[in-house]
Amino acid sequence: MTRDKSKTTDKRAGNARRRFLRTVGQAAAAVATAAIPITLRSAGSTTGSQESFPTPDYDWSKHRWAYGIDATRCIGCLRCVEACKAENNVAQDAHHFRTWVERYVYLEGEDHARVDSHNDPDNIAASGSEGKYRFDNRYENSKVDKAFFVPKICNHCEHPSCVQVCPVGATFRAKDGTVLIDHKYCIGCRYCIQACPYGARFFNAELNVSDKCTWCYHRITKGLLPACVEVCPVNARIFGDLNDPDSSISNFVRDNRVNVLKPETGNSPMCFYKGIDKEVR
Amino acid sequence: MAGLEPIAPYLGFVYPNETVITWGILIALYPYLTGLVAGAFTVSSFYHVFGMQQFKAVARFALLTSLSFMIFVPAPLILHLGHPERALNSMITPHLTSAFAMFSFLAAFYLVLLAIECWFVFRPDNVARARNATGLSRIFYRAVCLWSDDVSPRALRWDRKSLFTLAIIGIPAAHGLHGYVGFVYGSLKAREWWGSDMMPIIFLFSAIVSGVALLITLYVFSCKVRKVRIDHDCLKGMTYALWGFLMFTVVLEGLEFANLVYQGREGIDVILEYVAGPLKYRFFVVQLALCSVVPILTMSWVIARNLRGRSFVIAVTASACLVLVGVFMMRWNVVIGGQEISKSLRGLLSYRPEFLAREGILVTIGLLLAPLGLLWVLTRIFPPWRDEPRAILERR
Repeated sequence: MTRDKSKTTDKRAGNARRRFLRTVGQAAAAVATAAIPITLRSAGSTTGSQESFPTPDYDWSKHRWAYGIDATRCIGCLRCVEACKAENNVAQDAHHFRTWVERYVYLEGEDHARVDSHNDPDNIAASGSEGKYRFDNRYENSKVDKAFFVPKICNHCEHPSCVQVCPVGATFRAKDGTVLIDHKYCIGCRYCIQACPYGARFFNAELNVSDKCTWCYHRITKGLLPACVEVCPVNARIFGDLNDPDSSISNFVRDNRVNVLKPETGNSPMCFYKGIDKEVR
Repeated sequence: MAGLEPIAPYLGFVYPNETVITWGILIALYPYLTGLVAGAFTVSSFYHVFGMQQFKAVARFALLTSLSFMIFVPAPLILHLGHPERALNSMITPHLTSAFAMFSFLAAFYLVLLAIECWFVFRPDNVARARNATGLSRIFYRAVCLWSDDVSPRALRWDRKSLFTLAIIGIPAAHGLHGYVGFVYGSLKAREWWGSDMMPIIFLFSAIVSGVALLITLYVFSCKVRKVRIDHDCLKGMTYALWGFLMFTVVLEGLEFANLVYQGREGIDVILEYVAGPLKYRFFVVQLALCSVVPILTMSWVIARNLRGRSFVIAVTASACLVLVGVFMMRWNVVIGGQEISKSLRGLLSYRPEFLAREGILVTIGLLLAPLGLLWVLTRIFPPWRDEPRAILERR
């Protein structure tokens, strides 16, 4: 009798457990079903549907933007850096840049280039403030063998490692080839900053998100040039649409033997360089 | 905006944006905590899966340790985020190519698995407690058992089967989880110091090492606190595990470094400069000599001389403590080290953690102690101890 009773209790408890597991299973399935459309929706939005685009009369499927840098022309005046900071509200200090310029100097008898940029304390001292940019005259009394400037910018890679690693898809490659960041969606994990081989990204401590060059997307979608290209007095920076065979960038790529930075990464940059030296990375 | 972030001093040339080091001490803590989880789980598996009776005394404690640390694994990551309120986006709208997004799922899966495994392991005890308790405590334990009080032989058999299955899934899950942490770093080609195929394997083995070391330390400490005799066979088993895995890990790290130097790719000059400079103390003196070679030699001596008693316990516990420090140094040397070598391969940066900041030393200490606090609470609610009857008698 007792055994029978315990058997019944066993059975009842077993049923209760089964009921419980079934309820949990159903709840999990419901959550999963609810999550799938959200996931798919987000995946769709990262590749971009046209109606979501804010600028009227701009069709991003019709452009293939690219950037050219003629290092043989750059004079290191840094108007591009200042214009970029002003145009894009970038921190006025020597540690956050959407574009910057590097100076390469070979002194006589030396095998390797000496390199410096705006974060160099001597350059900061020469400009008088972290918010102003200038190269100092440190080589005034040296025998310089070879020297040149190299403007740097986000390469808007065809296979961007920053986009690959973003856990939420806040950074994405738009149909027109620009690599952008949705600041309203970025979680600020900074994985993209680590993944970029070029040091082109930085953390925007004001917005608490990752930040970088957008090729002045707000300008190019209205038919204007990026601020850095606009202000360059020597046409060292070239921007345009590769879909247009007569654009300045198409001509630049066609007429010159161009190079990209760190090709071994497989990122396939869309910034093309003319006149850079083997030591430029 | 300027002045919000500390600027890292540097030598040589570094890209201007690199002067703000973006992954600090919390991101070094995160693989450390994950490693302890995986390692502690390994010890519990020695008993629950492989049936090694030697480890019976710590098997359940190891599970609770693993759970306590796992609960805190997301903490350093969430504290690090610029927008913690968006943290769940990585699970609601995951970007499927991101190693990090996939980690969230793996970690969540493992946490659930661990919780279920603990539930099964402690179920018979909890049922007994629910029966003997009164008032609120009875309601609590009944709720913990999910109102099922079936401890018939048939139910227990079913429990054991489920437990075995869970433990079998748990082994690849726990170790996959930590190997995956290595992948999170090792898959980044932007940094020569990280981009290595061996990274997941090294992370995995150092994880096991750290988990075993943690359990040795906690077990000895708990026995002292509870005034219970230490199960020497169990401690010896853990010593063997620590000794073997530690030697293996050191060899792996050596091989990886040899590979890096021998390949001598672009930037090797600056890497060697880094190794001979800032890393000399942090790696060679602390991580390698003090926290790997000294424990290996000490444990070799303990094993060779078949040391027993007090000196055995002291030698092994001291070795375990050193290993715990060493594995943290390893995480630091990987995570921080990678960022101290400029991507320009022309300069070296130096990271200086802040003390009081959100990602500072104080928060790190807090996050290291928090799992221990939780473990203490859990061991009070669900005592995991299976001391020998004689040992309990001694206590009485």
